[in-house]
Amino acid sequence: MTADTAKEADTTPAATPPWRPALAPAVHFRHDRVRDADLLVLPERVVVLRGTAGEILRLCDGIRDVDAIVADLAGRFPGAPVATEVPAFLGRLRREGWLR
Amino acid sequence: MTGAPPPWAMLAELTHGCPLHCPYCSNPLELVRRSRELTGEEWAEVLRQAGELGVVHTHLSGGEPLLRTDLETITAAAESAGIYTQLVTSGVGLTKARLAALVDAGLRGVQLSVQHSDPGASDRIAGRRSFTAKERAAALVRDAGLPLGLNIVLHRDNLDALDDLVELGASWGAQRIELANTQFYGWALRNRTALLPTREQLARARDAVERWRERLDGSMDLVWVVPDYFDGVAKPCMGGWGAVSLTVAPDGTALPCPAAATIPGLDPPNVRDHRLDWIWNHSGAFNHYRGETWMKDPCRSCAHRAEDFGGCRCQAYALTGDAAAADPACGLSPHHGLIRALAGAPGPGPDDTAAAGPGYVYRKPGRG
Repeated sequence: MTADTAKEADTTPAATPPWRPALAPAVHFRHDRVRDADLLVLPERVVVLRGTAGEILRLCDGIRDVDAIVADLAGRFPGAPVATEVPAFLGRLRREGWLR
Repeated sequence: MTGAPPPWAMLAELTHGCPLHCPYCSNPLELVRRSRELTGEEWAEVLRQAGELGVVHTHLSGGEPLLRTDLETITAAAESAGIYTQLVTSGVGLTKARLAALVDAGLRGVQLSVQHSDPGASDRIAGRRSFTAKERAAALVRDAGLPLGLNIVLHRDNLDALDDLVELGASWGAQRIELANTQFYGWALRNRTALLPTREQLARARDAVERWRERLDGSMDLVWVVPDYFDGVAKPCMGGWGAVSLTVAPDGTALPCPAAATIPGLDPPNVRDHRLDWIWNHSGAFNHYRGETWMKDPCRSCAHRAEDFGGCRCQAYALTGDAAAADPACGLSPHHGLIRALAGAPGPGPDDTAAAGPGYVYRKPGRG
């Protein structure tokens, strides 16, 4: 019984592996050469991405976890508040159903 | 006028052929014959030009686009032009193999029409047995992992079934339901007496939509296309003339909106004669009602002109005979009485309708 409890406690962290963001299947990310903008294209909807949003989404390949995405961007945009803003941005897109 | 912002979307009406006969069909009264349709090669070229012009989204529609045996080729052409494709279908004729081939070609999503939540009523409105095929098509789309939207045109005969329609969408796995109150042009204008709902029906349906939105909490997208006859407000038709999207009809006629061919003297260009960028930027048809210079009073000096663009040109023409007039749906239009009289008129209740039968003029090809 003691062993069971310990085992359960040990496996809890492993049950939530780090999130490796990837675009949802219906969401298409592309660069629009005509408008020189990054776009998310969805059923009945087009989202025009501003600023570095496209740079962040290019890293959402289902392989990198959030920490790796933050580290990559921190290297390229020194001084930017990526450690707080990037996870918040990814979370928003996940709630919209565009990332999973 | 040149230098209009590029279009985002293109409605590709691949054929006017359709197994259904819906009395509110958005196709024109004069349907294009199959022999005059653009070939698959011509569609591929139109889509290539559309991608270059800036189109990022296309609805592969009809009629019933599944009647095109080259739909896979056309879908692949859109995909290689960088255009996101959605199939707009009745569901009739969709098989597992056909859907798999379309997905291989790059199809991204499906919009399925539904006429009613009750199978018998759905078949009666569609003018053909089709509900079972729709149910099967929804399952195929869901199993293929594609996003599914339902497109439901609302009118007197199905507004009271709104709760059942939303439940049907949920049980079929739809992520989105477009609840499109009938817009009265073409076939729907011909059937207006049978289709026009009562104010009370609309109020109940609107309340039901609000309740469902709270209950669904974003898990399904409910889009309510306003019934412009009843609100006293003109709709911002097409997001403005030649502003957001274009339609290419089965024979290659390019139009600022699917109903625009009804406007006399518009002389719409054809993709067989002109390149799409010329059509969008320089043709008379696409510039005629673009911007505000064409407007008359009361639109010309109206505070709402940048929001509703004067409303719908096709409706203005159909009801007043002048396509540059204010849309009579607008309470500020001198012709608003034309619509108020209809929308305020007490119609038969839904029970009466069911008992008597609505007496539709079903869509069917003319002799032309």
